[in-house]
Amino acid sequence: MTIDIVKSALTRRGLLAGAAGVGASSLIPLSRPAFAQSSPYKVGLMLPYTGTFAKLGQFIDHGVRLYVEQRGGKLGGRDITFVTIDDESKPENATENMNRLVAREKVDVVIGTVHSGVAMAMVKVARDTNTMLIIPNAGANDATGPLCAPNIFRTSFSNWQPAFPMGKVMAQAGHKNVATISWRYAAGQESIASFKEGFTAAGGKIAEELYLPFPEVEFQALITRIATLKPDAVFSFFAGGGAVKFVKDYAAAGLNKTIPLYGSGFLTDGTLPAQGADAEGLKTTLHYADNLDNAANKSFLAAFKAKTGQDGDVYAVQGYDAAALLEAGLVAAKGDATARAAMITGMETAKIDSPRGPLSFNRAHNPIQNIYLREAKGGKNNMISIAHAALDDPARGCRIGS
Amino acid sequence: MDLISFGVQLLNAVQYGLVLFLVASGLTLVFGILGVINLAHGTFYMLGAYGAYWLTLHTGNFGIAMLGGVTIAFLAGLLLENVFVKRLYGRDHLAQVLLSFGLILVLDEVRQILFGKDVHSVPPPAFLQGSIQLTEIQAYPIYRLAISLFCLLIALLIFYVIRKTRIGMIVRAGAENREMTRALGIPFDKVNRYVFAVGIALAALGGIVVAPLSTVYPGMGDHMLILSFVVVVLGGIGSVGGAAIGALLVGTADTFGKVFFPNFSSFSIYLLMAIVLLWRPTGIMGQRND
Repeated sequence: MTIDIVKSALTRRGLLAGAAGVGASSLIPLSRPAFAQSSPYKVGLMLPYTGTFAKLGQFIDHGVRLYVEQRGGKLGGRDITFVTIDDESKPENATENMNRLVAREKVDVVIGTVHSGVAMAMVKVARDTNTMLIIPNAGANDATGPLCAPNIFRTSFSNWQPAFPMGKVMAQAGHKNVATISWRYAAGQESIASFKEGFTAAGGKIAEELYLPFPEVEFQALITRIATLKPDAVFSFFAGGGAVKFVKDYAAAGLNKTIPLYGSGFLTDGTLPAQGADAEGLKTTLHYADNLDNAANKSFLAAFKAKTGQDGDVYAVQGYDAAALLEAGLVAAKGDATARAAMITGMETAKIDSPRGPLSFNRAHNPIQNIYLREAKGGKNNMISIAHAALDDPARGCRIGS
Repeated sequence: MDLISFGVQLLNAVQYGLVLFLVASGLTLVFGILGVINLAHGTFYMLGAYGAYWLTLHTGNFGIAMLGGVTIAFLAGLLLENVFVKRLYGRDHLAQVLLSFGLILVLDEVRQILFGKDVHSVPPPAFLQGSIQLTEIQAYPIYRLAISLFCLLIALLIFYVIRKTRIGMIVRAGAENREMTRALGIPFDKVNRYVFAVGIALAALGGIVVAPLSTVYPGMGDHMLILSFVVVVLGGIGSVGGAAIGALLVGTADTFGKVFFPNFSSFSIYLLMAIVLLWRPTGIMGQRND
């Protein structure tokens, strides 16, 4: 409904192009070739700057810009300029917003977004218009599955990835009979399915799959249902405000004393201050942990703190790595936006020393990365162990490279 | 399901229903008496919760947060009525929808400026912390029981005021026939203003008492607004008694829908609404327009 284009830098070039378009359109073809090399490389950031996921969008934005600033505002020798658009996490506006970036703003690459529904609409436009797209969060399996494409990359995770290793972890902890609970929407159902895959393969049995409509937060009926079922443990997928409330309700009902709660990492990411003591000791799996002991993570966290005054998190890392991946592509293409094949090869073969650990990409352009088992302690998600090293995504249904 | 679990679920249903009533009662008052559709009702619910968070953080006292929050909401309601809403009486619903939708956008932005985008939690008052062991596994937070009682008291208070006091009589008369009430020299415009402010205060009060339960986050009012409308339509527009029945029905349908028909839980309450409206098109306690 509200379309909000904020130009991060009101460039002279924009004014000139506009004036040229009005005044003498015949000049444009002449000036174009020279233009393309010397002009800045234009990055469209399509992220939620308002709404439920506003904070996530902001952190991804900070992450991308931090990386570019650290390279002196250039990637692969090209100056980088940003155009941002607020997607409000509204799938119904997603196609229009994406088209705006592609057709009107003529960006060279789009980085976005958080919400899977919006991301799927972006994937569709990117496929139709052959626009470079880097997804810095949305985990919808399809984006690097049946809908994978040479020009579409992801620097976050597939929904399959963080939940799958938890199956083995919980089976090894001696839980045989586990109930699952989540919202009934793509991310929730895909996570539960992949947990189930991992857990049953390790010999476990699912007591019951509990769902409630997204984004409802009245959990009481299902918590009572869990108390009635008496499973050995519970695996959950929630994020944001819902994650806070679920963890608090679960503890208030006293269930955490008898039926341990586990979750996909989003249960405790960015939510620990609000969850407080009720989250203490919760074990989750994710591709990042706050205290990862590698040089890249330490320098990233310090730089992020210096830039924003806030503590970096998994979302900031995903944004940061999106810029790193773009750099790999631009270096391979020698800064030439038209050298698409070289750029894609550069990105496919990129080996990024990410704050999350080693990061590379599979044939479907989804990350191959470590999944960590973490425990919430004193407001931090601390790594206990690597739940699955260099976990690849099955990329079911993806035709490229197979 | 054994009897004990059933009992606990019933408790869940009633407790949820009572909270829904508290929020929906304000909506039905404003809708029924002023004829104004206030889409921003859910936004005031959210602001109430944020107010509770902010005031508890700075005063450390939930009681003060509650009183302060309700007072601010009441004054804001008076102001809004005076500046905007009174221009809309008698205008068609589209104008009201546009105004209250505009209010949603503006107030959401105000919330963003004042409180940011983070999720917060509010501690319940110290003497209501802790829980009662219901079954060998499940405990029930005392605060949940306390707000059920509180919502019940507020419900009784609203009934008393509307049924037994002079103000209540004027309100009822105005809802019945606005022009006639005015012709009799009753200061109905002033009553309007207070009814609107009370409606806003009730929405905020709902947000405040729910804050320690539900955590505080942007957009928390959206779902509540839809549920409130379901409650109001089910009960019959403008009927506080109807809202009470509607809220308990919605609470029950939602709770048992989630347990017995998990695959259909997202529309159990809408199914209930469809059935009730087929049976009584103007809602359970709604007046027939004929």
